[in-house]
Amino acid sequence: MKKISEKAMFAVFLISALASVCAVLLICVFLFANGIPAMHKVGLFKFLLGKNWSPTDIPPEYGILPMILGSIYVTAGAIIIGVPIGLLTAVFMARYCPKQLYRVLSPASELLAGIPSIVYGFFGMVVIAPVVKQLFGGKGAFSMLTASILLGIMILPTIISVSEVALRSVPENYFEGALALGATKERSIFSVVLPAAKSGVLAGVILGIGRAIGETMAVIMVCGNQPRMPAGILKGVRTMTANIVTEMGYAQDLHREVLIATGVVLFVFILLINLLFSAVVSRGGKK
Amino acid sequence: MAKKFSYVQRAAVFIAAGVTFFILLFLIAYILINGIPNLKPSLFELKYTSENVSMFPAIINTLIMVAVSLGISTPLGVFTAIYLVEYAGRENPFVRVIRMTAETLSGIPSIVYGLFGMLFFVTYLKWGYSILSGSVTLSIMVLPLIMRTTEESLKSVPDMYREASFGLGAGKLRTIFRIVIPSAIPGILSGIILAMGRIIGETAALIYTAGTVAELPEGLMSSGRTLAIHMYLLSSEGFNTNEAYATAVVLLAVILIINAASTKAANRLGGKHEI
Repeated sequence: MKKISEKAMFAVFLISALASVCAVLLICVFLFANGIPAMHKVGLFKFLLGKNWSPTDIPPEYGILPMILGSIYVTAGAIIIGVPIGLLTAVFMARYCPKQLYRVLSPASELLAGIPSIVYGFFGMVVIAPVVKQLFGGKGAFSMLTASILLGIMILPTIISVSEVALRSVPENYFEGALALGATKERSIFSVVLPAAKSGVLAGVILGIGRAIGETMAVIMVCGNQPRMPAGILKGVRTMTANIVTEMGYAQDLHREVLIATGVVLFVFILLINLLFSAVVSRGGKK
Repeated sequence: MAKKFSYVQRAAVFIAAGVTFFILLFLIAYILINGIPNLKPSLFELKYTSENVSMFPAIINTLIMVAVSLGISTPLGVFTAIYLVEYAGRENPFVRVIRMTAETLSGIPSIVYGLFGMLFFVTYLKWGYSILSGSVTLSIMVLPLIMRTTEESLKSVPDMYREASFGLGAGKLRTIFRIVIPSAIPGILSGIILAMGRIIGETAALIYTAGTVAELPEGLMSSGRTLAIHMYLLSSEGFNTNEAYATAVVLLAVILIINAASTKAANRLGGKHEI
């Protein structure tokens, strides 16, 4: 009797474990099966490198290069803004923060990760956009710059938590050794501890890139959403994610399929970023 | 010279930390100050009309969504973690596959989940825009989170507990359910609470799976907007900004409570197994 229940529950555990594998397979199959035919119909070259997105014209044109570049530019901007601030904050958390304060700040940085993207987007719309507009003489409220700033803020918690773990995992005697050689605390941190934590920090940056490129709702609300080739940091752009959400509501037939194909391109980007991430992590682990 | 540079570096560290936490404080304060005066009783009326813009149906939808999603993903996630920690050996190649898929799942952006939900649940299974489509999609999304936190907390239960239980003649199953899981509950709970936060805040995965109907649902098969979608629609329509602020206050308050609860649960786990 007992034996049977043990075996039955083992089967339940195993089947549950299979669920996540099934989920990944299903996601891949359904996305690719629905997206790839559209790429074929439009022509892979025309689809990926076409500079014109005008799905409602006759004849329609489905080039998503503007959106691919939009995603890449906005993500790059977010990295430029978010990484230095995040990394330095991680240094503060790992090396400078008094214990009492840490007890408040550590949950605070988790909170930063927990705030819904829609709230960030709204904040960007009502606060960051007007500030940018004011700073640049009435231009660029909803622009690449605004989107980059907002995404830079949103990736902070990722960068902070991963870098902090990396900094803390550097053996303490590296730091003490540098101090003993007469280096200042800052020099020890920036010239010895930080280089030793390099691969962990890099992993954090890669995770941040993944978050930024996949972010949807917050970006839609501040990026301006014009489907044209990026024309400058104070001009509006549209990202791949924004393209999908904006037009999926009314798209039909080939237009709809092309939007799913946009999702496939995004998915491939994310898979590549994931691969890069695990490569960095496993290389760092070997050392 | 070197000393001066040290000062610059130290200043940079403190300024960066200041900026980070100032942004957080400012965001919360800004939303609360602008939003609380807009919390009118009419926003919580039973029925949504374009006049009162009530968020009450959206709150109910959100609660249903949380219950259904967690109802699916909690057993799946916890059982997977049990399999990984208690049954599978470290060398088992299947374990690597599961880990890899979990990592992949946690990296997928919510819009891709939304697309998949739309293609699979809404269209292929013909569930239509419904709370069920939305919550099953979300349950896949939060699965890796629950799995990982449960795995961590199962691992933190000392082997001594298991050995003592076996020594007293308990079987493997009994040991797992009577000894290991009860000691790991705080960690598991903190994962579930975090998952709850992600479900409540999710928008992109729901727009094209659960739809945007602003009424109270008749059942799992009817479409319904959650609070986050409600807020997105209000702020993008542009003429209900005050109500959007009020919705933001509710969302933010829920997230604050959830984060505090999760931290508290996780802390309880921390000190417990010290012998």
